[in-house]
Amino acid sequence: MEILVCVKRVPDTAENEIEINSEGNDIERDDLVYSVNEWDNYAVEEAIQIVDKVGGSVTVVTVGDEESEEVLRREMAMGAQNGLLLTDDGFEGADGKGTASILAAAVKKGNYDLILTGAQADDGAAEVGGMLAAMLDYPYASLVNTIETQDGKLKVGREVEGGNQDMYEIELPCVLSIQTGINEPRYVGIRGIRKVASVEIPEYGASDLGIDASSVGGDAAKVKRMDYFMPEMGEGAEMLEGSTEEIIEKLIEYLKAKGGLK
Amino acid sequence: MADIFAYIEHNQGVAEDSALELLTAAKKISPDAAVTAIVMGSGGDLDKVCNEMAASYNAVWKIDNAAFSFPDAEAARKALVNILPGDCVLLVPHAHLGMDLSPGLSIKMDSTFISDIVDVEGLDGNTLKVIRQEFAGQVSTHVHADIANGAVVNVRPGVFQPDESKAGGGEVVDKSGDLGDVSVKRKYLETVEAEAGEVDITKSEVLVSVGRGVEEEDNIETIFDLAEAMGADVSCSRPIVDAKWLEKPRQVGTSGQTVKPKVYMALGISGSFQHMGGVKGNPFIVAVNKNPKAPIFQVADVGVEADILEFVPELTEKIKEL
Repeated sequence: MEILVCVKRVPDTAENEIEINSEGNDIERDDLVYSVNEWDNYAVEEAIQIVDKVGGSVTVVTVGDEESEEVLRREMAMGAQNGLLLTDDGFEGADGKGTASILAAAVKKGNYDLILTGAQADDGAAEVGGMLAAMLDYPYASLVNTIETQDGKLKVGREVEGGNQDMYEIELPCVLSIQTGINEPRYVGIRGIRKVASVEIPEYGASDLGIDASSVGGDAAKVKRMDYFMPEMGEGAEMLEGSTEEIIEKLIEYLKAKGGLK
Repeated sequence: MADIFAYIEHNQGVAEDSALELLTAAKKISPDAAVTAIVMGSGGDLDKVCNEMAASYNAVWKIDNAAFSFPDAEAARKALVNILPGDCVLLVPHAHLGMDLSPGLSIKMDSTFISDIVDVEGLDGNTLKVIRQEFAGQVSTHVHADIANGAVVNVRPGVFQPDESKAGGGEVVDKSGDLGDVSVKRKYLETVEAEAGEVDITKSEVLVSVGRGVEEEDNIETIFDLAEAMGADVSCSRPIVDAKWLEKPRQVGTSGQTVKPKVYMALGISGSFQHMGGVKGNPFIVAVNKNPKAPIFQVADVGVEADILEFVPELTEKIKEL
């Protein structure tokens, strides 16, 4: 099976406190640690496991700048055979639809049976996979947490309310967005990264993909982020202050009063 | 102003809470707009939901088809493209169905998709001004969207007050004949119910809930120690289950369990809306987190800025001394 996995380089929120810059137009990016979007990592692991079972190859693709190459290499170190960087000055500022359009053009240049994305990324929109499927006229399933390969189709589970799982049969080619927890992504060591350090990663720009950058980049974006701001705290929590001992004392009083201690 | 529609999620003849929240969101987009409820399903319970919605919405479109005996986004997308006016605004709850349905629907309708909005500032000509969150709720953004060609807007459940005014008095219109071809390449097989765990956290009065801040599997033990000292049960957030450190039935959230304790201790949990969506019944919430900007502090009653790995063992000791 030929599998394409769409990945994104994002600030690692587990490692960083996100702060807003003084102009309020972006987050403070100077000291951020970047890594591959958590959901995408599960998608790549799943693709590798499928190919291990039924054969084929895994290609990881991203829309981004030169710095995005590092996440492609990381995923190739996990075991993806090919990388593909979609990069063009004109792609800058693309919204979800623009990004999906760029990816759709890349899909059409290849011959993939299955396309995976992470269920969502840093902006929490969870939109690119579903848009991509619609542009390609492929069937789609989101929040997928199990995949079983069958002849010409897949049996997939979607995570739904209450920890339940909806099971579907879906025809290939299709697009699936992958939920975390579907597998246990393998560890990537320095050695693995070194092994793929010199593998060439092809780059495609707008003209290579046969698209007009002005139709997918910032100028074409219909959804525009105007700024970043800290959410209003509302009343917020009463923050307990003082020494640890004092804090614990106050907290225990609260717990007693509210029935938290038996 | 284009027509506004709301996609009604329902279960066993009862509309979900989101049904009347969408009406509030619609009125914030345009106070005078006529808002139509879209109720899709099959047979029996459908009329009940339609009548319930007619009291609140200006009109109800009933769509009765065997293809919707189970809420299938692939089939619903094809039907909606056929029946909705091209430049309308459709509001959909940003839940498991909406995430499946809406992004692709916006492409098929050639309209603008706006995901997971938490507030509406208003409509200025063809520009819809909304508020979203990014980075798991750590920061908010003002978003301006061009909706001249219509829009599909996913609305976060639980953030808009439900519109209980029942000022609709709408008529139920049967649109079932206008669907066209709703055949799809994805077939629903069955729903596998969640397995029961060793404890039923939905019944717990006091929950000690652990999140990513616990850092390592070995540290989970300290959480159980605290729970034992308090006489509480242990629950957790999603990353703990993803890492297989605790079993799925202990997960609190929209994709896990809905709990209704008296006291909820959130330890090293950032407090994403998916997690808090599973905490009901207005419990007393204590949050301990080393990140003072963690969204959990906005919803907690009492907060402690601390590393749980240091704080929890000390708290446990003190409680044991009582």
